Amino acid sequence: MRVHAKRAGALLGASLVSSQAMADWTLNMAPGVTGTSNEIYGLHMTILWICVAIGIVVFGVMFWSIFAHRKSKGSKPAHFHENTVVEILWTIIPFVILVLMCIPATATLMDMYDSEESDIDIKVTGYQWKWKYDYINEEFGYFSNTTTPQDEIYNRVEKNEHYLREVDNPMVVPVDKKIRFLVTANDVIHSWWVPAFGVKKDAIPGFINETWTRIDEPGIYRGQCTELCGRLHGFMPVVVKAVPQDEYDAWVAEQVASAERERELTSKDWTLAELMERGEGVYNTNCAACHQANGEGMPPTFPALKGSRIAIEDMNAHLDVVVNGVSGSPMQAFGEQLSEADLAAVITYERNAWGNDTGEMVTPKEVFDYKNKE
Amino acid sequence: MSAVIDTHAQDHHHGPAKGFTRWLYTTNHKDIGSMYLIFSFAMFLLGGTMAMVIRAELFQPGLQIVEPEFFNQMTTMHGLIMVFGAVMPAFVGLANWMIPMMIGAPDMALPRMNNWSFWLLPAAFLILISTLFMPGGAPNFGWTFYAPLSTTYGPPSTTFFIFAVHIMGVSSIMGAINVIATILNLRAPGMTLMKMPLFVWTWLITAFLLIAVMPVLAGVVTMMLMDINFGTSFFNAAGGGDPVLFQHVFWFFGHPEVYIMILPAFGAVSEIIPAFSRKPLFGYASMVYAVGAIALLSFVVWAHHMFTVGIPLAGELFFMYATMLIAVPTGVKVFNWVATMFRGALSFEAPMLFAVAFVILFTIGGFSGLMLAVAPADFQYHDTYFVVAHFHYVLVPGAIFGIFASAYYWLPKWTGHMYDETLAQTHFWLSFVGMNLAFFPMHFLGLAGMPRRIPDYALQFADFNMVSSIGAFMFGATQLLFLFIVVKCVRGGEKAAAKPWEGAEGLEWTLPSPAPYHTFATPPEIK
Ligand code: HEC
Ligand SMILES: [Cu+2]
Repeated sequence: MRVHAKRAGALLGASLVSSQAMADWTLNMAPGVTGTSNEIYGLHMTILWICVAIGIVVFGVMFWSIFAHRKSKGSKPAHFHENTVVEILWTIIPFVILVLMCIPATATLMDMYDSEESDIDIKVTGYQWKWKYDYINEEFGYFSNTTTPQDEIYNRVEKNEHYLREVDNPMVVPVDKKIRFLVTANDVIHSWWVPAFGVKKDAIPGFINETWTRIDEPGIYRGQCTELCGRLHGFMPVVVKAVPQDEYDAWVAEQVASAERERELTSKDWTLAELMERGEGVYNTNCAACHQANGEGMPPTFPALKGSRIAIEDMNAHLDVVVNGVSGSPMQAFGEQLSEADLAAVITYERNAWGNDTGEMVTPKEVFDYKNKE
Repeated sequence: MSAVIDTHAQDHHHGPAKGFTRWLYTTNHKDIGSMYLIFSFAMFLLGGTMAMVIRAELFQPGLQIVEPEFFNQMTTMHGLIMVFGAVMPAFVGLANWMIPMMIGAPDMALPRMNNWSFWLLPAAFLILISTLFMPGGAPNFGWTFYAPLSTTYGPPSTTFFIFAVHIMGVSSIMGAINVIATILNLRAPGMTLMKMPLFVWTWLITAFLLIAVMPVLAGVVTMMLMDINFGTSFFNAAGGGDPVLFQHVFWFFGHPEVYIMILPAFGAVSEIIPAFSRKPLFGYASMVYAVGAIALLSFVVWAHHMFTVGIPLAGELFFMYATMLIAVPTGVKVFNWVATMFRGALSFEAPMLFAVAFVILFTIGGFSGLMLAVAPADFQYHDTYFVVAHFHYVLVPGAIFGIFASAYYWLPKWTGHMYDETLAQTHFWLSFVGMNLAFFPMHFLGLAGMPRRIPDYALQFADFNMVSSIGAFMFGATQLLFLFIVVKCVRGGEKAAAKPWEGAEGLEWTLPSPAPYHTFATPPEIK
């Protein structure tokens, strides 16, 4: 199998019902940009052709019978109903074909399982409904959220080219390096899949699964969660940006520096206006999916924050809900997921947006103290 | 056993009771068979309606008709209703009607239990369907109900779902016990095991599979029940439990379950193809051994549903080899059917059309199954539409075409009338085209990277989804035609001869059409 073979007969009689600019009639798996994905593509094509060959023989005999041995054409039925030689043959031959098929499949599988001696380790954690990427050796990490606007999902505006396959912070990795992924989950089972890498691994709470990749070409590769994980399972994209090594190094340096700045934000003195500005962004990425951008929620499932007692009265209760979540409800504990600055900003935002004009603010330091007091 | 036979011999001269109590109290295998078939068809329409909702939402990218939470309830309920409400009861219905008539028995061996196992089903499905109206909605975690999505994160109705599954399980086990007791004890003198019709053989083996795995299903849902309501942590990692354990237990049930849904269809098709080829079945003995081999192997392949969960390399290899091995006996069956047709005198009435389509399309489903068995490739196929295409190919033109073929084949015997052949052929062709239009493009979608169980998709998947939806609507609407054909046939039509099919073999065709309320009160002689 030629591994870089182009997509087989990708285009069928052009725009039969198509109106979508991006839509296409792809028929086959694409080879991908890693050794593993190319090997898988080779196996896929081999087994596909084996099936086609067997199909031609079996269906050939069958259609011959259907056309030639019709009663309406005066066919007289034969009476044979056994033939030991034939029966043994058609047991042995498929068996041998399958054994032959198992040999390359076993080799590929052993290769896929060999995640030793990696250059870079990234922990991938599935959350409902976003991914977190922790660069273990460089000690920074971040969430990767979908950025597809609700307006596109609900057909109020034209959908963009990367509809449902776009994120705020993609995973960034260098090309030609062995990257090991340590895959786990925080709540339910998810599955992290990038088709172009031939990498799919279930993210299971309480387990750390290993897998790896080595990317041949720089580019942006897209996939999504493939294990049903609740309401927004379909809205949990994976985007990986593969860049040359020097670009990667520069990116890492910047991430490390910004992680440091992030930590400094906790001790900085904040004004209400600054917190509000930051809070709006945090709210829209993390909270609006349930509580809605206008703060009105979707009662009864997702309460309104606009005018909510918790959001305009007791500050401690507000901190508690956001930091610790409400167990047994979809309201997660954001204390682990957001920085102190973001927590302070989003809480301050909720207390002052949409007419909740309490004028109150909470500083990142107060959030830090609250978290450590517990 | 003999006590039961005697009682029935005595009320031989009675016809059926009148009114509703006839159906409520009946212990007659034909009545119970009809009730199973009617029930399963009702469930088929209900589960099909849910499929229509799914396909309507997927007609175009974006969310148009339903919200994601309801979409998830639809995929879950569609799967559960089709598997447990439509396919399995339909085969039990066929077993009830046909097994006693095929082996020369007066009725099922345990008639009262037969009544009980049927009436449990409407109760179970009433509970299951009522969850749609409960706060938080119906189960929304897929028909495979993986923990912890179905336990810690499940809707409140999950407990009712568990109760419903328990009742279905009890019903299936009782049905299976009855089939085994009937086949092993009530065969007419002279009917040795290796003279039994293949439909009887496949059902005997299916019944053993049922008894082996339904308790496992009951076990896994009971563990869920404990996790949800009694504070255990079987599947909760935070409490020291193991979410992967759920999948092992579930698929230990789930894999034999897929054979439970296909083996009786194998049997029926093995009756129908020889009848319309006017030639004996090729390789009877090898057919029996192949079914036995498939059933045994089905216990050691469950983790091929779990290639991406991170089982150790040795485990992956074992399950890959074992799964590939299943292709051998399955292939033997297909070769035998083709060899039966070869040099026969074929005619293509509706049962034969469905049976031939069964062989072709089931084989296509088998091919994609073989592809999925190649573990490294499965990392790309797993949980995509390729899998959806695969199992719909083995279940729709597999199990369901098998049921349609059986229905048309035996309708003259059941009703005493011939069905309308033109309408039946229309039903076939519309189903055939609709079904392929609906499910074939799903292969392409999966290979292009579309995951299953999503209410909305990226733009590159738009075209084939639209085609698939059109095919699904066509297939769905066509099934109303089947309802019409059956009702028409029950109410009248050309009188059916005792043996309306020239090439048909078997004891059921020695009885008059329609088969009298009580048959074989005195067992027939088998040479
Ligand atoms: C997955 C959906 C979801 C997301 C995302 C979410 N919440 Fe919530 N939130 C809930 C639910 C459900 C409740 C009600 C919990 C309960 O009391 O049972 C809630 C309750 C609250 C409350 C208490 C409101 C009241 O009046 O009781 C606050 C405050 C709150 N959330 C803030 C936030 C903030 C801040 C964010 C983002 C950082 C956020 N939520 C993100 C679902 C969500
Ligand atoms: Cu997910």
